[in-house]
Amino acid sequence: MNGIHDMGGMQDMGPIQYEKNEPVFHARWESRVFAMFIAAGAWGRWNLDAFRHTREVLPPADYLRVSYYEQWLSGLLDLLVRRGLLTAHEIASGVPRPGEPKASPPLTADKIPATLPNRIHAHRDVGVLPRFQVGQRVRARNIHPTGHTRLPRYARGKVGTVYLDHGVYVFPDTNAHFLGEKPQHVYSVRFAARELWGAEAAPQDSVYVDAWDDYLEPA
Amino acid sequence: MTPNVAHGQEHHDHEHQAVPSDPTLRVKALESLLVEKGIVDRNALDALVDTYENKIGPRNGARVVARAWADPRYKARLLADATSAIAELGYSSKQGDRMLVVENTPKVHNVIVCTLCSCYPWPVLGLPPVWYKSAPYRSRVVIDPRGVLREFGLDLAEDVEVRVWDSTAELRYLVLPERPAGTENLNEEKLAALVTRDAMVGVAKVAPPQAEGRS
Repeated sequence: MNGIHDMGGMQDMGPIQYEKNEPVFHARWESRVFAMFIAAGAWGRWNLDAFRHTREVLPPADYLRVSYYEQWLSGLLDLLVRRGLLTAHEIASGVPRPGEPKASPPLTADKIPATLPNRIHAHRDVGVLPRFQVGQRVRARNIHPTGHTRLPRYARGKVGTVYLDHGVYVFPDTNAHFLGEKPQHVYSVRFAARELWGAEAAPQDSVYVDAWDDYLEPA
Repeated sequence: MTPNVAHGQEHHDHEHQAVPSDPTLRVKALESLLVEKGIVDRNALDALVDTYENKIGPRNGARVVARAWADPRYKARLLADATSAIAELGYSSKQGDRMLVVENTPKVHNVIVCTLCSCYPWPVLGLPPVWYKSAPYRSRVVIDPRGVLREFGLDLAEDVEVRVWDSTAELRYLVLPERPAGTENLNEEKLAALVTRDAMVGVAKVAPPQAEGRS
């Protein structure tokens, strides 16, 4: 969707807000939201694409106003309810539904050093043929999906060159909506800065975008 | 065709969760509920926070960079297959996040962003700083990288080629900064101590020994 999150190329968002000696978390609740998201994610009820989309559908003014981990909290609550781990009533009351046996958490402390909790698991070793070759000129398609997508607006309709073939990955546009993985090749595509931004850009500069097969067409 | 997936059906029939001004109490209540139901384990939460506050951070990436500076064969492996080369040092696994390392030289400057959200190479840099996740950086670094880098105090010469890497997929990027002059006699540990998070994102250079500040 053409949401506020897709902000590459926008201007007037203000100066970079640099904080010296920044802590990993700015409040205890941020660290708990972070950890709860990872631990609840171990149930396998959702995927990272679905989580990203929960933040994208925040009302645009809220997206810009609230802090990063407030976005996470909102997304976590959304997924917990929508994917059946909690009910809205339980969240409102703070009390578990009566009569349910206590579950066993899939992620326990002893598993944490070994499992590297950030593993994304989006790569697929399946025999899908690439539609494009390294060195080939490609155009990012002029598409405007209304759901989740990872093709930034600034690249759409622009011509670039395939720089690398990263192999086969799940397709976020379907995976985020639990409509299947649709595995396909992802390429690093080099776009000249002048192709994206016009003659004001330095002639030698470029932006590399990782793009799925379905985002590209021959140029 | 890329499907226009059923956003309306999936999302317009549930209320967006309102975000309270101070989430402290709400987060406490949520944690108690999840623990009581057995959905999460409180010790696991503590261990996760400890891992990202104390164990996984830019020191990991700095050791990767220092090894690459000190050992040309390691550097060649790192540039050819970063996932495996970083796994050699124990910071990731071959089955974990796919990594790419891009090398800065006197003629090429690389900088990393995630314009769409906050993708960042956790295994080598830990969790991203707020500026990396915020609108000013994400919006502007693709259209005006030289201006953004000047805000960080890094003024690139006109003839340098700037490459911006937008982390739109599940590949995670790390910049291999230029090794500063005057470090020929430093061992790996001392080299690693010079390497900053900002240099590995590409918004700074690594300062020579004794120089103060981030750039």
